[in-house]
Amino acid sequence: MKAVMWITTLLVFLFVGSILYTIVRNGWNAMSWDMISSLPGGGFYIGKEGGLLNAIVGSLYIVGASTVLGLVVSIPVVFYLNVYLKKNSKRGAFARLAYDVLFGIPSIVYGAFAFTIMIYLGLKTSLGGGIIVITLLIIPIFIRSMDEIARELPQDILNASYSLGATRYETIKVVVRQIAPGIATATLLSVGRAIGDAAAVLFTAGYTDNIPVSLGQPAATLPLAVFFQLSSPIPAVQERAYAAALILTFIVLILSILGRIITNRFSRNKI
Amino acid sequence: MNIPFLGKKIKWYMQDLNETELKKGFFRPYQKFCTNESRRSNMIVENLNVTIQHNHILKDVSTEIPDRKITCIIGPSGCGKSTLLKSLNRLLDNNEDVKISGKVLVDGEELYAPGVEITHIRRKMGLLSQRPCPLPMSIYDNIAYGCRIHGLRNRKKLNMVVRHYLQAVGLWEEVKDRLHSPAGRMSIGQQQRLCLARGLAVEPQFILADEATSALDPISSKTIEDLFLKLKEEYAIVLVTHTLRQALRIADYVIFMYMGEIVEAGPAEQIFKNPQKELTQKYLSGVFS
Repeated sequence: MKAVMWITTLLVFLFVGSILYTIVRNGWNAMSWDMISSLPGGGFYIGKEGGLLNAIVGSLYIVGASTVLGLVVSIPVVFYLNVYLKKNSKRGAFARLAYDVLFGIPSIVYGAFAFTIMIYLGLKTSLGGGIIVITLLIIPIFIRSMDEIARELPQDILNASYSLGATRYETIKVVVRQIAPGIATATLLSVGRAIGDAAAVLFTAGYTDNIPVSLGQPAATLPLAVFFQLSSPIPAVQERAYAAALILTFIVLILSILGRIITNRFSRNKI
Repeated sequence: MNIPFLGKKIKWYMQDLNETELKKGFFRPYQKFCTNESRRSNMIVENLNVTIQHNHILKDVSTEIPDRKITCIIGPSGCGKSTLLKSLNRLLDNNEDVKISGKVLVDGEELYAPGVEITHIRRKMGLLSQRPCPLPMSIYDNIAYGCRIHGLRNRKKLNMVVRHYLQAVGLWEEVKDRLHSPAGRMSIGQQQRLCLARGLAVEPQFILADEATSALDPISSKTIEDLFLKLKEEYAIVLVTHTLRQALRIADYVIFMYMGEIVEAGPAEQIFKNPQKELTQKYLSGVFS
């Protein structure tokens, strides 16, 4: 039995190693300072000079904005579910079921759904559309992962706060402190999902060679940079797809490490 | 406009606090209105019935909590001691399927009347739970939390309040160098004293303690008991306890409960030395527990 555990653990390491090896081997040649610091020039997609700055900035815009929006929407929801509603309330059970369903919906469906609405409203693909659809995509992740921790919130802590004369609204401070590690983990998961998702932004954010300067303009994203360039027949462009994947992985890695540090800092007060 | 969930707060107290006032009193230097002579906190329970999920837990409980005394509620497990204590603070409201009828009067205010603003009544009652339960903050913030809620924002005054109440429970010397480290890292005994200080910091009149020493080691329990004996000069203390010895040591007034009813209540001497009811005699002599 121990051997099985050992082998499966080793397999996971092998997966990580081989993925990293593939993208580094294929993308390393195309990596240069130009690749991360300049916009695509004319003929970039047939192998001429330029970089992926448009996609890097577009991805960061979308992830940053949707994470903030997602937190703004989901913290009140978690607070309502766990402090205002009683433990076995029907409303709470229904809400949780709804978030579970949302959690399971594939991102391409979100994309298609948003696409339909945008056509109906006469909107073009834009940064704003991408942000909204990614926000919708990560809200269930936020809520589920924070809810898991908030459900274990000891009633004693709430009672301690109430007995000091705090209202339920004022108790939010205590709840947020207690679930802070959960918030950090949820953010980490959501950022990972948001930055790596290609399907949802395909129809909504579009693709462009420029850095968007308003919410109405289309925005490029790294996953789509991978997608479009990998489908090119030119080997030099395919290498750039791997370079884009390398950059994407690197960003996720940095965000994870940052997330770990922040989580550790937040959880020092947890009871 | 009245926003219901924001709640109303009475913010008359702790407003004007200065060093000289601080030196005048020992335990409640800020409560100007309540000098020793004029203040008489009282709590009366009338025909209280509590049903939780179709179990009739408290049956027609009527009693009175004397001021500046330690009242011990004793009785076998499951007799409704803790429920009675919680219903004094309206903490049962948050549970499911709870039906409460009857009256609890605190300083003439009816706790269970419709539309009563509960937060300022809860402030009058410090709660000490069985297991110490510090808030997920630093030691300093634990004490400052209640004061901040009730409108004390001035940093200097907060510092004084924190120091004062930590001294009152004898924690100051132990933690003064690490006020901003998490409260969860203290020992259990220290945590319980912190919880007591936190309760005292919002200047209550009652202290409700639910088996406050049962999770503690003997030395820590002794410390808490000694604190209670000191605090009873200023507060009315209601203590639920499982250990008869503890009741013997510190109680001034004893309420004996059995199966959700008050069997006998009276001064400690009378209950322990000369119980009137047969049931009380049996319990005290250890026939059942």
